Amino acid sequence: MSDTPTILSLRHVGKTFDVQGRKIEALRDANLDVKRGEFVCLLGASGCGKSTLLRIVAGFETASSGDVLMWNRPIEGPDPTRGMVFQDYGLFPWLTVRDNIGFGPASRRRPSREVKETADHFIDLVGLGKFADVYPHQLSGGMKQRVAIARVLANEAEMVLMDEPFGALDAMTRERLQDELLDLWDRTKLTVLFVTHSIEEAVVLSNRVIVMSAGPGRIDSDITVDLPRPRDVSSQDFNELRRSLSGKLHSHHGKVAA
Amino acid sequence: MSVAADRNQTPPAATAPRRQIAFEAARLKQPALALLLPLLLLILWHLATAGKAYSLIPPPTQVGLAFYDLAFGGIRNDFFSGTLLTHVIASVSRVYGGFFLAVLAALPLGLLIGRIEVVRQMLDPMLQILRPIPVTAWLPLAMIIFGIGPTSAIFLVFLGAFYPILINTVFGVRSVEPRLFEAASMLGCTPSAQFAKVVLPASLPAIFTGLRLGLGFAWMIIVIGEMTGVPTGLGAIIMEARQLSRTEIVICGMIAIGVAGFISDRIILMIGRKLLSWSPNHV
Repeated sequence: MSDTPTILSLRHVGKTFDVQGRKIEALRDANLDVKRGEFVCLLGASGCGKSTLLRIVAGFETASSGDVLMWNRPIEGPDPTRGMVFQDYGLFPWLTVRDNIGFGPASRRRPSREVKETADHFIDLVGLGKFADVYPHQLSGGMKQRVAIARVLANEAEMVLMDEPFGALDAMTRERLQDELLDLWDRTKLTVLFVTHSIEEAVVLSNRVIVMSAGPGRIDSDITVDLPRPRDVSSQDFNELRRSLSGKLHSHHGKVAA
Repeated sequence: MSVAADRNQTPPAATAPRRQIAFEAARLKQPALALLLPLLLLILWHLATAGKAYSLIPPPTQVGLAFYDLAFGGIRNDFFSGTLLTHVIASVSRVYGGFFLAVLAALPLGLLIGRIEVVRQMLDPMLQILRPIPVTAWLPLAMIIFGIGPTSAIFLVFLGAFYPILINTVFGVRSVEPRLFEAASMLGCTPSAQFAKVVLPASLPAIFTGLRLGLGFAWMIIVIGEMTGVPTGLGAIIMEARQLSRTEIVICGMIAIGVAGFISDRIILMIGRKLLSWSPNHV
């Protein structure tokens, strides 16, 4: 991956929130380079700043210090090149599945025929053909998240930012969606930045795991995962890596408590 | 239920009509339940008033006859006979006139107050002080400003419908999930376009609740509105009949307002169901 271009770089990024007059440091001196096509997981317990980091990359929050660059240009706000998949879906309840997926292209004033064709293509891609004209409240959690993913893909996003997207789903659905996501990633060659607090999820999905720790939130270690795909959760290599990550996470917990 | 079916499969053919009866019964159960209490009240009313020489409240049969006379004439042939339609039309036009004016004023105002902080700070305190003033208290002032006639009636209906629409619109706009703005902006929807593509649809359920409440208030206010000296209208005949001690006409007017209000509520509900089929709370 050494000759692939860097799509995202964070240089000394810090974020301080002002909560009722008290300053809370959510993120300190975060440095990160992500290459195009990488699947990077941000792993850590709650309060480690992983979601803050993701929201800064999305453009929903601005960094208090440091530089956040995409293709070497500063990120100035939300923008269709970086699509976000939220844990609570964030679908528009008044739009059908098709119109939710077509929302991005329609917002960018594409002709309506093209919008429909694009939407239908991505509806099929996530296997929701039968539900194109259904409203979100009629869908299960897993289906809603498929719509949210398709919505970002339909908008030609270069980076997909995922904030614990499968955290609210049951274990079976979660595994299925992980497989589907990997399949989509493989086919589309997208860059994925994925926030999770599940070690197993991070090891199943990513090329790289960025371990973060709390108090203040910071990047602790950057671990390359080069296990062959599809990954076997019962293999020895998988479990060794899982154990070593677990050790890293828990040693930080100890530090925080002390 | 053909004979052939009977011959071929006796058990299903035998149960089918029974099932159909059960189905019919289930379908009729709801209206039957809804009619139970009114019927009971009607009987009580009848027992309490029928045959009593000095009852101030007329028995239901007399009200029924009066209603027929009010609608079609031919029984008493007096001042009230056959005038129902005129009064209904007059009241409907004032209710909807006042209501639509209220929508025209309250909807944009509510959207502005909900979205723009400066507008809220400027208007909210004044509106909150004006709001508790009952419509009845406005009556004298309305008659001075708008004179004796339908304009005053429309103004009072407007006042009654205005606040529920305004308050629900403000509530709807202010309670749009922040997540939806984030979703829209990361999909390339500009902040100026978000008003039409996010704020408006997201607040539609609350706006609709406001419209429904407002229309209900408009019907409640109409009697007061038509105390402003207009010759026609359901409120006007109630006041007129009261002065003439024609209590049966008063009751007819009340029933007519109830039915008209009910029908207009059904209409707005039907429109709401069409527009809000996406909302799990509005099915």
